[in-house]
Amino acid sequence: MAIAWKSLTRRAGGEVARSLLAAVWFMFLTFPIMVIKVSPLDKTIEWRWMRMVYVGVGAFFLSFVWRYLLERKETGPDKGEAGSWQKRVGARIRTDRRVFIPLLAAVGAFVLVFPLLFSSYQTSIMITALMYVMLGLGLNIVVGLAGLLDLGYVAFYAVGAYFYALMNHHFGIGFWVALPLAGLLAATFGILLGFPVLRLRGDYLAIVTLGFGEIIRLILENWNEFSFGPSGIAGISRPFTFGFTLTLEEHTIYLYYIMIGLVLFTILVVGRLRNSRIGRAWIALREDEIACQAMGIDKTRTKLMAFALGATWAGFVGCILAAKTTFINPASFTFMESAIILSIVVLGGMGSIVGVIVGAFVLILLPEYLRAFSEYRMLAFGAAMVLIMVFRPQGIISGIRQRYEFHAQTGEGAQP
Amino acid sequence: MTAALIPVLEVNGLIMDFGGLRALDDISIRVGRGEIVALIGPNGAGKTTFFNCITGIYEPTSGEMIAHPPGGLSKRLNRLKPNKVTEQGLARTFQNIRLFQKMTVLENVMVARHCRTRSGIFGAVFRDERTRREERDMVDFSYRMLVKVGLEKYVNELACELPYGAQRRLEIARAMATEPFLLLLDEPAAGMNPKETAELDELITRIRDEEGLSILLIEHDMKLVMSISERIYVLDYGQMIAQGTPGEVSANPAVIKAYLGEAFDA
Repeated sequence: MAIAWKSLTRRAGGEVARSLLAAVWFMFLTFPIMVIKVSPLDKTIEWRWMRMVYVGVGAFFLSFVWRYLLERKETGPDKGEAGSWQKRVGARIRTDRRVFIPLLAAVGAFVLVFPLLFSSYQTSIMITALMYVMLGLGLNIVVGLAGLLDLGYVAFYAVGAYFYALMNHHFGIGFWVALPLAGLLAATFGILLGFPVLRLRGDYLAIVTLGFGEIIRLILENWNEFSFGPSGIAGISRPFTFGFTLTLEEHTIYLYYIMIGLVLFTILVVGRLRNSRIGRAWIALREDEIACQAMGIDKTRTKLMAFALGATWAGFVGCILAAKTTFINPASFTFMESAIILSIVVLGGMGSIVGVIVGAFVLILLPEYLRAFSEYRMLAFGAAMVLIMVFRPQGIISGIRQRYEFHAQTGEGAQP
Repeated sequence: MTAALIPVLEVNGLIMDFGGLRALDDISIRVGRGEIVALIGPNGAGKTTFFNCITGIYEPTSGEMIAHPPGGLSKRLNRLKPNKVTEQGLARTFQNIRLFQKMTVLENVMVARHCRTRSGIFGAVFRDERTRREERDMVDFSYRMLVKVGLEKYVNELACELPYGAQRRLEIARAMATEPFLLLLDEPAAGMNPKETAELDELITRIRDEEGLSILLIEHDMKLVMSISERIYVLDYGQMIAQGTPGEVSANPAVIKAYLGEAFDA
């Protein structure tokens, strides 16, 4: 008893000491921005010592919570409560039709009435989020399924956008004609990029694709005769409305429904691809390239298909972006865009469709709704990203594989 | 045996150089229809290099490799890509297990059906009748392969969650799903306990008898090699030092000296 008590107090003492250390460290780190306030006008320095106390006390208590959470994560999902209930809820939603159908109906109804309930501004934000859902799902094919780290995905996005913008500017081609063509053109660019990088993997592939993204952007920025340079292209037509004249607000709502349709189409296609002969070849390629080839899969074809099919969605979304904003310039296609789309895939969960959708909403909507916190917006956003990666390195929702049921002995397969 | 030998694989004068190092020096091997042939030798003798040459992972410096599929046209394997070699009907397993870890056991086998199926992007998206039939056949075929190696109870588990011995057997099931006429097994018994090795012995013989395919295996477990193989080739430092029946090989002084050790008492 005495020994147990002694070890307990020693452990508690250790925890307090560690938290104290964390508190001191945070006070030191935040000292320059939180405590010192230099006023250049009246040349005075204000020392806000109370703030240092707040930081210290806050860090002291938060470090307990932090270590508790880390410890719970260490014990593993089988033993820890959190993992098991998440798994149970996930399985329940997927398998139990009484839960799944009402949930789907509720989400569907909400999605349908959204633009009628909320302002045009909210709808516009939602359109942006849906565009990133599509971009995320497209990149998910390349990165999540085929395991090819592509840092230049934004290039295909730019190809789609400039294709529609230029076609519209020069030849007056409409949105609905340009949309499939933009996808096709982006797919062609995907294959063009694919060929030189067939032999590359991992870091090397990342660097080359990064370069490709930059090349496309620099061409658009500098080739004035072709792309009108940094000043961009303005006055791009909005989607054709079959004879109706719409106000700006109605146009937003119209585009919202177009986006919903396209996202559903994307989910259907990517979902079916994932559990197909091609999808399995992609995953096999990601898991082990040599074994994949030894099992009779043509590495070249499989990789090129992943690049082409991934790029197609970026082409579509690029076309939509041009139609939505009616103005594009190279500033919309910086490396930052690629990084955000990649974050959506990684944070949401590589290879998981629901994960990527959730990831896109978190990453696009969070900064918007955090505007209330004004200057702390990006800080909170960064903290959220770090937290997700520490506690769920596999992403918010990890991909699950198709299960098959067999009637014993006969070997008859049936998909649920 | 040798008199009735109809070869399915013929390798003549294979040489493989890595820079200045000759890993394989003038190796010639024949595997007959329905035969179980073993390739043995000390570590670093060049056995796995030999497999990598046949399966197209390495391109040999010189020599020729010819496949004679039963009931098909003979084909040179030189300069074929690994997936084309597999399409020809040679399937292999790996010394250090190379499963698709994050796929289910069934999917691992289904991937191996890739080269025997055709459906493309169109089929995957529209799921037409032909694709659905192909998918159904693929699932059934793969399931039968799993039954054959006794893994049917793990169908939906992830490959990385299988016990070690089961992973080895899954590699064999996956290789068989490509419908080979020659199965190349690279140390299938490595890391197995005696009971698992005995089961593997039974499995390999049964596969040969039921499927009528030929097997070329690399193995260190002498008990397994001596019990299942009909002929043995012995490699040492990239050279072929002996060949023959298990009895002949284990009595060969060069083999005893190079492989089994000076003081081995056969």
